[in-house]
Amino acid sequence: MTRPAHTTRSYTEILEYIGAWVLALLWIAPLLYAFWAAFHPSEYSTNFDLLAPLTLDNFREALSQAPFLRYGINTFLLVTMLLAAQMVVGTLAAYAFARFQFFGSNVAFGLVLVQLMITPEILIVENYSTLAKLGFVDTITGIGLPYMASAFGIFLLRQAFKSTPKELEDAARLEGCGMFGILMRVYVPLARPTYLAFGLVSISHHWNNFLWPLVITNSVETRPLTVGLGIFGAPESGVDWSIVSAATLLSVAPLLIAFLLFQRQFVQSFMYAGIK
Amino acid sequence: MHLSRDTMRHVHGWLLLTPAAVLLVSFTHYPTIATVINSFFSKGNSVRPSRFIGIDNYQAMTQDPIFWKVLVNNMWFAVGTIPTSIALAIIMALLVNRAMPGRSFVRMAYFTPTILPMIAVANIWLFFYSPDIGLIDQITSWFGISGHNWLGDPDTVLSAIIVMTVWKEAGFFMIFYLAALQHIPPELGEAAKLEGASRWYYFRRVLFPLLMPTSLFVLINAVLNSFKLVDHLFVLTKGGPDNASNLLLYYIFENAFSYFDTNYAATLTVVLLGLLAIMALAQFFVLDRRIHYR
Amino acid sequence: MFKLITKTMAGIVAAVCLSIMAASLSTAAYAKTKLTMYYPVAVGGPLTKIVDGMVADFMKQNPDIEVNAIYAGNYNDARIKALAALNSGQPAQLSVMFSIDLYELIEQDAIVAFDDVVKTDEEKDWLKSFYPTLMQNGTTGGKTWGIPFQRSTIVMYYNKDAFKAAGLDPEKAPASWDELVAAGKKLTKSDGSQWGMMIPSTGYPYWMFGALSMQNDQVLMNSAGNQTNFAEPATIEALQFWKDLGSKHKVMPDGTIEWGTLRKNFLEGKTAIMWHSTGNLTTVKKKAAFDFGVAMLPANKRRGTPTGGGNFYIFKKTTPEERSASMKLIKFMTSPAQSANWSMQTGYMGISQAAYDTSELQEYVKGFPYAAVARDQLEFATAELSTYETGRVRKSLDDAIQAALTGSKTPEEALKEAQATADRLLKPYR
Repeated sequence: MTRPAHTTRSYTEILEYIGAWVLALLWIAPLLYAFWAAFHPSEYSTNFDLLAPLTLDNFREALSQAPFLRYGINTFLLVTMLLAAQMVVGTLAAYAFARFQFFGSNVAFGLVLVQLMITPEILIVENYSTLAKLGFVDTITGIGLPYMASAFGIFLLRQAFKSTPKELEDAARLEGCGMFGILMRVYVPLARPTYLAFGLVSISHHWNNFLWPLVITNSVETRPLTVGLGIFGAPESGVDWSIVSAATLLSVAPLLIAFLLFQRQFVQSFMYAGIK
Repeated sequence: MHLSRDTMRHVHGWLLLTPAAVLLVSFTHYPTIATVINSFFSKGNSVRPSRFIGIDNYQAMTQDPIFWKVLVNNMWFAVGTIPTSIALAIIMALLVNRAMPGRSFVRMAYFTPTILPMIAVANIWLFFYSPDIGLIDQITSWFGISGHNWLGDPDTVLSAIIVMTVWKEAGFFMIFYLAALQHIPPELGEAAKLEGASRWYYFRRVLFPLLMPTSLFVLINAVLNSFKLVDHLFVLTKGGPDNASNLLLYYIFENAFSYFDTNYAATLTVVLLGLLAIMALAQFFVLDRRIHYR
Repeated sequence: MFKLITKTMAGIVAAVCLSIMAASLSTAAYAKTKLTMYYPVAVGGPLTKIVDGMVADFMKQNPDIEVNAIYAGNYNDARIKALAALNSGQPAQLSVMFSIDLYELIEQDAIVAFDDVVKTDEEKDWLKSFYPTLMQNGTTGGKTWGIPFQRSTIVMYYNKDAFKAAGLDPEKAPASWDELVAAGKKLTKSDGSQWGMMIPSTGYPYWMFGALSMQNDQVLMNSAGNQTNFAEPATIEALQFWKDLGSKHKVMPDGTIEWGTLRKNFLEGKTAIMWHSTGNLTTVKKKAAFDFGVAMLPANKRRGTPTGGGNFYIFKKTTPEERSASMKLIKFMTSPAQSANWSMQTGYMGISQAAYDTSELQEYVKGFPYAAVARDQLEFATAELSTYETGRVRKSLDDAIQAALTGSKTPEEALKEAQATADRLLKPYR
């Protein structure tokens, strides 16, 4: 902490605390409202009465109106599959960039970084037609494919690998490790914090991604939570905030609970990913 | 035949890169080029196939009032979201970077929007903004102010969208500043205090320059988001009323997937790519020089 | 720990691959005719459950047909998804899509005419069994392309308690524009706690406008779908009236009014009158805490409303077996008994006289006469705006309406621009 322990609290400091708290309440208000609306009957979704009765009906109603469980499984499959692919692809590419001064590596690295600017969201039209040609429309793999090579991941891992002492590699080579042996025994274990950081960033990004999955999925069997929620809560069908809030809580719950439990890791991972 | 270690290094390097290269070429480089090519072709259907039409799409675009409106909107959206969210992020980071009652709750509250999907919270914001029955209007009515149609008034709709976006982004950016602040030695602040420097002076002359590399990183993200974040439009406004809140990427989506005019969508995408390229270059040449790394 | 994670992941990936393989094997097992159908929902209530229930009943009666009914979002989403599926090699065989998607679907060569699918005389008679007004959006060039299913008109919901409180006769809804304005003025409270009326202007503004212009004795397009009448004096007058409700008569909020939240506004008593799809009727009936009424829309030169909603279409890329199975399903879903049931559960109208002749629906209408308002209004109804390039033409009108309502353009300017845009888009089709 930067503040010396002995100072007494001045008025400005107290004002700042109040400011911080007001801001915090504002920031969490949408979530608080979602809890309010979800656990009260729909008459109370726009009227705040402390004595309003509590109910779980909205959750029951939401679950019976749309297959959120299935959507949840789809999202889970998507996120795990994508993360696994990103890690494998990213590790190999980062290893190449960090330890093999191969022909054209600088140009190639520059071309990789292009994806930091031109993200797949911007290319939805062309990517859709590519995936249609490959027959991947309306598949979970199809949602994941454009994101499987992540420039951000490659970049982070390359930094981590580069900071690994060369002596460790030499020692491993003396013990008879080959190229992949060195990667798996030396580089990957030492880059664990990077993997964790990238993993959490990737999971929360893809759990929440909407536009591309909306375009590429057609059916219940592939729709992730965001798309399911998007069409479930579409205002055209007449907004019922109680049920929409219940559905919202159902879909953010896994990530929210994970976040509350591992808040420290989350925050530190995001920090870690940002400093690099 | 035995290949030299040197040759093997090139081969191994490329082999390791192959999976990433194939994916990146297929889903980033190829589509970028294909977009440019498609922008020179006409919209085809089963009766009339698509054909080369030169720059006709671009001419149509310059005469399309919606395109210009969307472009201007996007500019205001960027101007409205980028500085505000960065400033708020710095303030938030400074607030929670020291001991205070309930610090972890406050920090969690700031960060929560980052892990909530836009599409889900958009419905909740729809409630906040709803005229008369919405939360904002209920609160203003306590003070005798009658309801305002936040999303139905072209003068306020874009601001409403901007506020929600800032809410979503600020906490995310805060994290990066928090990380940077934790790497700044506390002695600096104490030294400044001993010298009698005001806190504002200390921030302006010491902290802010030290935070510059973080600011650059955050700025790039903020700029990208101002072109990428359109999820909430699907729920809140669909770009209305009369395109007052329509943004470039949403307009691209509409053209490609509502009107099936992928070629005009490609033309619009080329503009988006151009804008991103200009900004990448600007950041590289202008800003990078003015930032002194530690 | 890390190893554990990698192992688990490898396990998950393997499991996923296996289950996908298993799924694809089991589907190939035996020869049922499989149908995939997309459908949209544009009003509130648990409509997906109702559709799923009807489809399940159908499959029980027809064990040789398996139907996969996919809820695809709003009308626009349903069209996008069905056409996307068509192009991506996992096509649907039939779908419920917007009745006004007709020209777009024909142009894409995506659908077949029912005249080419029906075989027997009985089926040919079946084609003629629906209300003719509902067939307008489904026929062009002398052929029938769409069969009505979830069809609606716009009706006027009003809060009888608010009418009583304002000294109005709760049994007598405003029947003309003048009466509407007069009632609206009495119903609008000066403190802003209650508006006289609301007509939604997001989502489907052109639809509401179709009613206003029809009431001013002007239809919005020709039946060939290649000419619009946006800049006619009567059309401009109709938009002027809509705008005046807010800016001159002050009985409606200024700016646009959200389609999706309007029902909530009505149920919360924030507006005494709302114009909305009859598809909301059952939800309003269930949720209104006050006495409400439903009436036909008022008249200016005449009464009028467009029809709305979704039709069944059969796609072209289908085998003869799939087509006859699709016909079976459509005949089931539009049968008098099912249509009556659908109407009672949602508020959408029964699509044939025979549906209203069923004892169930007769009984229901006797107890709840408002269930027949939409049907009675058919007499004054016209087709919904539908042209070639319908997406863009519609958007140009939607934008014009919103521009006029929010005051950024005058109704005349806005509509003339929309007409110019429509002319440019439709020229190749004339």
